[in-house]
Order: sequence, then structure tokens, then C-alpha cells
Amino acid sequence: MAAQDSVVQKEFLTAGNHYMDPPIVNLKLAQDIFDICRAMSLWPVTFGLACCAIEMMATGMARFDLARFGAEVFRPSPRQADVMIVAGTVNKKMAPAVVRLYEQMAGPKWVIAMGNCAISGGPFKSKDNYGVIEGVDTLIPVNVYVPGCPPRPEGLLEGFFELQRQITGKRWWPVAAAVEG
Amino acid sequence: MQVFMQHILPLLIAVVGAMIWLGINALLWVYCERKFAGHIQRRPGPFEVGPHGALQPLIDGLKLMGKQLVTPDNADNVLYWTAPIMTMIPVLLLYLPIPYGPVLTGMDVNLALLLILAFSSFNGLAVILAGWSSNNKWGVLGAARAVSQAVAYEIPLLLTVLAISFMTGTLSLVDITNLQAGYIHNWFIFKQPLAFIIFIVAMFGETNRAPFDLAEAESELTAGFHVEYSAMGFGCFFLAEYGYMVVMCSVCSVLFLGGYHGPIPGLDGWWWMVGKTFALMSFMLWVRWTYPRVRFDQLLNINWKWLLPLATANLLATALIMKL
Repeated sequence: MAAQDSVVQKEFLTAGNHYMDPPIVNLKLAQDIFDICRAMSLWPVTFGLACCAIEMMATGMARFDLARFGAEVFRPSPRQADVMIVAGTVNKKMAPAVVRLYEQMAGPKWVIAMGNCAISGGPFKSKDNYGVIEGVDTLIPVNVYVPGCPPRPEGLLEGFFELQRQITGKRWWPVAAAVEG
Repeated sequence: MQVFMQHILPLLIAVVGAMIWLGINALLWVYCERKFAGHIQRRPGPFEVGPHGALQPLIDGLKLMGKQLVTPDNADNVLYWTAPIMTMIPVLLLYLPIPYGPVLTGMDVNLALLLILAFSSFNGLAVILAGWSSNNKWGVLGAARAVSQAVAYEIPLLLTVLAISFMTGTLSLVDITNLQAGYIHNWFIFKQPLAFIIFIVAMFGETNRAPFDLAEAESELTAGFHVEYSAMGFGCFFLAEYGYMVVMCSVCSVLFLGGYHGPIPGLDGWWWMVGKTFALMSFMLWVRWTYPRVRFDQLLNINWKWLLPLATANLLATALIMKL
């Protein structure tokens, strides 16, 4: 970790520390409606870093179809996106770009760390590690962690549902039954 | 009072009607676009938000309103925020001279075609302003592409419209519609088939739709001219794009498909006009999700080497036949 400190500024951006104007008129009902709208149209940034991005693409394809929940609009410009899916290994070379992309997104914005590499460095977390950021949450605030190497598309969908729950305070879709055996 | 009742009140009603019509169309076609995309790619598209995802465009619009507005550093503040307004306002005006029915015409002006062609050029100007003022290299590249594309595709479009005007001797959309009354063979698509095809191709170029969406090519220029716009700034460009598409499809159905006249006499009404416009819109979406984007030199080659000579030949032939 010590080697990362030149790139990673610890107090850079933490959850709740990013700058947002407080609402001028704060009505509970209006805020709730806006929150539901935000949760139901989470547009991700077109942005993949490693093999997890393949699973992210699979989530958008016909079999799993992220579009069912209104989240298929992968915006190429971070200004128009709501959620950043950090799908893959964050190298030290890539870290400034990730942070910049996060800063360029217009608020309110959320981050999903997808896969073990983005969560903690995954298989690259070792004492000889010199090039991989061990956890994207050392760079930017992360809302949802989706574990797996890589996670299955259902896992990413579940991450989206969890993010919707965090935004609106309610689980919107039925929970899949656990498979016996 | 007399003046107000006779002239201003109908115009006010027409403007409000145009706003409502624009809003309905934007919601409908955003939904249809995503559903069409889904079904063409063998997936359901938006499905869970509202019945069959019907609330999706409304929810997206509300979300865009609730997002942060970003003005980039070193952007020209005045021009930057003028551009989305400038792309929105002319759309409303464009709906006024289109005859949707014998009485459903907002403003029957005898230069309706000229008015539509003139004010739809505002879109190009707004695109240039947006790209230039946002101080972003992708924006400038998108704007530069938009300029050469708008200049190129305006010309065959004008030439085909001129061919129709030569035949009818009028620029009024109401008169052009009424000349196509009666049976289906009176529609100008059968008298000007080449002009129809050229108009359809130029229509894609004019409205910046795939396969000619070079100005916002996602894979090359991220989002092109509106790369820096967040929230409703982007929403305005999005709305206006669908607004212009509906206008161009309406003009196409008036010029070539008989407007509010049915294929046999006695069934005329606004439903024909709306049906034809929506059929053309569906065609545009279908093309978008079927064909890949052309390269920029290909785009200009199609225009200057094919559309322009063909449109000129068509115009000369029309003039010759009308003279005989």
C-alpha cells in the first residue's frame, strides 16, 4: 500500500464529501419521487477495465438484458451518466483516469465496484504487488460491491438492485430463491 | 377584440397544441426507440418500469431534470447555454405550418416549405454553437462534422422539394396536400419516385440519425457536440432530435404520401397524416438499428456523387416535362 500513496490521495473523495448543492426547496415527497426516478434510470458510463467488462457487456445483451430495468443507456460521456461500473483491475497507470472520470460525472452519482480486483485487488493483492490499486474504494467512494472473479451477470443485476435499494430505501424486485444442493 | 379572436387566439392554441404534440412525440418515440432496439436485438427492452416499461421515458426525463448542470471551465457561458435553447425553440415553430387535417393546420402560410427549410437550419447552428462553446476537442470535431454534413445534405433536400414545387407551382403545404386528393395514384410518390428516395436519404442526413449520425458518433467522438452537456442541456438536444425527426417525416408524408388524404376518397382525416408520419418514423428507427454508421468520406461521397447529380437530373427532367 505504501507504494500507492504517490498516486492515491487518501482524503481525495470520500462518500458524502463530494460537492453537491443542497436543494433550495426540500420537499419530502418531491425528493422521494426524484429518488425513484434516479433509481429507475441508472445510466452507466461506457467504461470497462478488464475481464469483468465482458460480463458487464453480457449483462447488457439479450439473455440478461439490463434494459429491462432502464439501465441499458451506456452513455459515452461521463457528464450524462449516473453510475460508474468499475469493471476490472485498476492499474496505477489507470487510477488518475478513473478518478477524473468520476469527477467529470454530474451528481448525483454512484459507483459499483465489480469483481474482486476492483474491490480489493483480488488475485493481485500480494506483497510483491507494484502496479495494481488494491481496491477502487481507496480512490473514489463506492456504493455497491459485487464480488466474484468475474461476477456472473446476475450478480451485476443484483448489484443494480442493491443500488436501487440504497437510493430509494426499498427493494423493488423479488428475491430469487436459493437453489438447493 | 375582433383581431384577438380571429388571429391571435388560433395561433396561441396552435402553439400550445404544437408543444403538447412535441411532448407526446418525444415520450412516445424515446420509448419506441428503446423497444425497437430491444426487439431487433432479441431482447424485451425496457420492461419493468411501468407496464412493459411504458413509464421509462417519463422517468428518464424527470431524472434528467433532477441532475446537476455542469458548465465546464473555460466554456463560453452565454453561448454554451444558448445552444440547447436554440435547438428547442425552432422545433415548435416548425410544427405550425404542417397540415395535420383540413382544419388541424396551425398556420396556413403560402411559404410553408421555405419556412420549414429555413428554421430547421437553426439546428445546425445550435450544434455548431454547442460544440464550439463547450471548449472540448470532441465537441469541436462533432461540430465540424455537423457543419459539412448539414451543408451537404441540405442541397439534395432542397432540390427534391423544388421538384415538387415545380410540379405544383406552390410552396404551401396545404395546397400541395390538396393536389394529392382523390385516389392513391395522385400521390406524388408515384409521380416523383426518385425524389422520394433522395428525400428519404437526405432526411437521415439532415436529422443526424444513424447511419449518418457522424456528429455524435459514440464510438469515435464519445458524444460529439453534446459531450459536455449534462442533465436537461443534453435532454434538450435529445428532445429536439426527435422533434426534427417528426417534422421531417411529416413533411415527407405531405410532399409524397398525400398528407391527410387516404388512398381512396371519402376517408380523409388527421389519422392518415399521423399514421403516415409514424410509419416513416418507425422506418427511421428500423434503419438506425439495422445499419452500421458510414465513414465520413463515404457520407460525403454518397451525397456529392449520387444524391446531388440525381436530384439535379430529376429537377431538370421535371422542369422539362412541366414545360412540355
